[in-house]
Amino acid sequence: NEGKELTKEEKQRLRKEKKQHKKNKKDDKGPPEKEKEKEKASVPAPSKPATQSPAHKAPAPVHASESAAAAEKPAKSKAELRAERRARQDSERTSKQGKKEGGQQSASSKPKATPNELQPVVKRLPEHVQVDDPAALKKLAKKLERQQVPLRSDYGYKVSLFSHLHQYSRKSPPTLQISIPATVIHPSIVRLGLQYSQGIIAGSNARSVALLHTFKQVIQDYSTPPNEELSRDLVNKLSPYISFLSQCRPLSASMGNAIKYIKKEISNIPSQCKEEEAKGKLQACIDSYINEKIILASEAISKYAIEKISDGDVILVYGCSSLVNHILCKAFEKQRKFRVIVVDSRPRLEGREALRRLVKKGIRCTYVLISALSYILPEVSKVFLGAHALLANGYVMSRVGTSQIALVAKAYNVPVLVCCETYKFCERVQTDSFVSNELDDPDDLIVTRNGKSHLENWQTVKSLGLLNLVYDVTPPDFVDLVITDLGMIPCTSVPVVLRVKNVDQ
Amino acid sequence: KDNTLVEYFRAQIRGDPDVASAVAAIRSLLEFLRRDQSETILGLRENMTQAIRRLEETDSSVAVSSGGELFLRFISLTSLEHPDLSQCKNVMIERGELFLKKISLSRGKVGKLCHTFIKDGAKILTHSSSRVVLKVLENAAADNKRFTVYVTESQPDSAGKRMAQKLRKLNIPVMVVLDAAVGYIMEKVDLVIVGAEGVVESGGVINKIGTYQMAVCSKAHNKPFYVVAESFKFVRLYPLNQQDVPDRFKYTADILKTVKDLNQEHPMIDYTPPSLITLLFTDLGVLTPSAVSDELIKLYL
Repeated sequence: NEGKELTKEEKQRLRKEKKQHKKNKKDDKGPPEKEKEKEKASVPAPSKPATQSPAHKAPAPVHASESAAAAEKPAKSKAELRAERRARQDSERTSKQGKKEGGQQSASSKPKATPNELQPVVKRLPEHVQVDDPAALKKLAKKLERQQVPLRSDYGYKVSLFSHLHQYSRKSPPTLQISIPATVIHPSIVRLGLQYSQGIIAGSNARSVALLHTFKQVIQDYSTPPNEELSRDLVNKLSPYISFLSQCRPLSASMGNAIKYIKKEISNIPSQCKEEEAKGKLQACIDSYINEKIILASEAISKYAIEKISDGDVILVYGCSSLVNHILCKAFEKQRKFRVIVVDSRPRLEGREALRRLVKKGIRCTYVLISALSYILPEVSKVFLGAHALLANGYVMSRVGTSQIALVAKAYNVPVLVCCETYKFCERVQTDSFVSNELDDPDDLIVTRNGKSHLENWQTVKSLGLLNLVYDVTPPDFVDLVITDLGMIPCTSVPVVLRVKNVDQ
Repeated sequence: KDNTLVEYFRAQIRGDPDVASAVAAIRSLLEFLRRDQSETILGLRENMTQAIRRLEETDSSVAVSSGGELFLRFISLTSLEHPDLSQCKNVMIERGELFLKKISLSRGKVGKLCHTFIKDGAKILTHSSSRVVLKVLENAAADNKRFTVYVTESQPDSAGKRMAQKLRKLNIPVMVVLDAAVGYIMEKVDLVIVGAEGVVESGGVINKIGTYQMAVCSKAHNKPFYVVAESFKFVRLYPLNQQDVPDRFKYTADILKTVKDLNQEHPMIDYTPPSLITLLFTDLGVLTPSAVSDELIKLYL
């Protein structure tokens, strides 16, 4: 054990020297998020001599023991690095102080307590996508290169307002650039990435559940390399996978929360836990997360929502939300008499899937396209919408077209109800749909009628840009009620729920 | 046993006509708790829930229902770990008395908060008869402020006329207007103050019929619309529109028991959505409608 400690210390010393060197060269300090990821990514760089997959997230007591031993570094830079590392630890490990951690880390709770007070709780924000900023692009490329994840190139001309977002073509998924057999990326992750990029798995809940199941597989196949700890190494192994998946399709808010949860659980595994036991524990954690946050939450939400559906109602739904479909099916089982109007829009035409599911159940449905919305709305008594994420200022992020429906419903004084599980609540604040969105394949907009496709050669026309947005953001004034598994709340109370949840954790 | 509870409740209201019906209900519930003979805590809770239901049948106002539920939560919120049932009961009775004391003072607190919003020379419009609004106006008059009050008649029970009488006793100049004259009078008034029977989760209020009309008018004229309510009136309802308010609140208890077809009856209350309300004055402080949900989460979770 002693020998291992010494070699670890040596490794960390070398690493710190290299980092200090790099920091002196660096001018551009990007957002702390990028810094964190860079630091993480810079560690498994092949240039490092002795280290294989170093545990860069060394807990404080190891630092403490090191500080006694190592005296080559100037004290200030070491403190700087330590503070940085602690900040990273705080943001990635929101674990309960002292209780869950093993003996080695119980001492770390004291030194960790002060940085918690010093820095307001550092929330992990999603990466700010800056595709038109060449420096940011270079950083991303370097990071992906180090993680040995292929970089996907953008496709086609982008509308200038959205030039800061990625726009990929469905015909060239990053899976084409992966060698067979995949060495760095686990094959089930490759499969998942392909399913995401081709749109085979779509919808917030479906993507999160698929992600969690794939992580279960990954954990099953994982084996701790010698001289490493599962709690630290597994998180490092997951980072290139997550980068790869976000190259295939940008991560959703629900997926982000799920990943945060898994990383927290992994780093909470006590160091003396045996590998099989740890793996079993993690699998159980993932199962309970899916069960609680998704399946049971939808049961609770159905219970509340059914109270709001009365006999004779005409309910309008948009697109295909698994939660709203579940609610309507449950209400129909409870013998409520209502009929449904399904509104659909191009190019995804997801409403057809919703229509299929509802008609199979026996519910009376009408199908219109979104252009007929103001025609059909005088008949409607309630609007039920699903959500992709609920932002901290009460705005609802959902499939593009949702805010239009909410706006017109408000004009007709029809109540708008949004149904959303609490695991989709995110700390982000956004007031418009431009800042952070997703651009889908522009070729989807090409339609072939009577053998002619007018937009086929859109690339040749220099002044033509095709915009295929995926999400939009609805202000809280248009939403009357949000139904979550915690109950029915007004849209402005989302920060209260987030606060209550953080207190619980 | 049920009859004695209802009789006690009615006696409370007769004895002190100025007391809020919810306070009278809670006093009766406390007395019920003292006299209760059940052997287990679960049995006690069930009896209490039954008692609350009985009281709701007697007086179908929203406040009785919300007050009862809050009372039950408040007394059972402590950890009842004592092995002896009578000790547990004593703890619950103590907490019940504490709760009662707190809410008896709430009307005074609201009055103190609100009267500063009434400036000298103000013209105030109010609806029907509310004891809390009366307290607020009393406090403002005691502060030597000069103001006039317009009260709506508030049919079908002409409660507005009773309110006018009480105000005249306080030497406040008051004028009774028709319910239909709200739009006419709105340009003359400076602010609108109404009471509430219940404050719902969205921040809207449930009050005597005609309140919604008044709120829409005041919004059109850009006059501030204030609601004064004690915190025990916060209820866990979330109506989306007028139809969504449960029937058991809309009509008086006698009508609910006797009449078959409720569509022929006229409702006694309506729902005012939060977008029309400027501020709510409660004993928890001055709140915006969106803060009500925050307070409710704190009270109930």
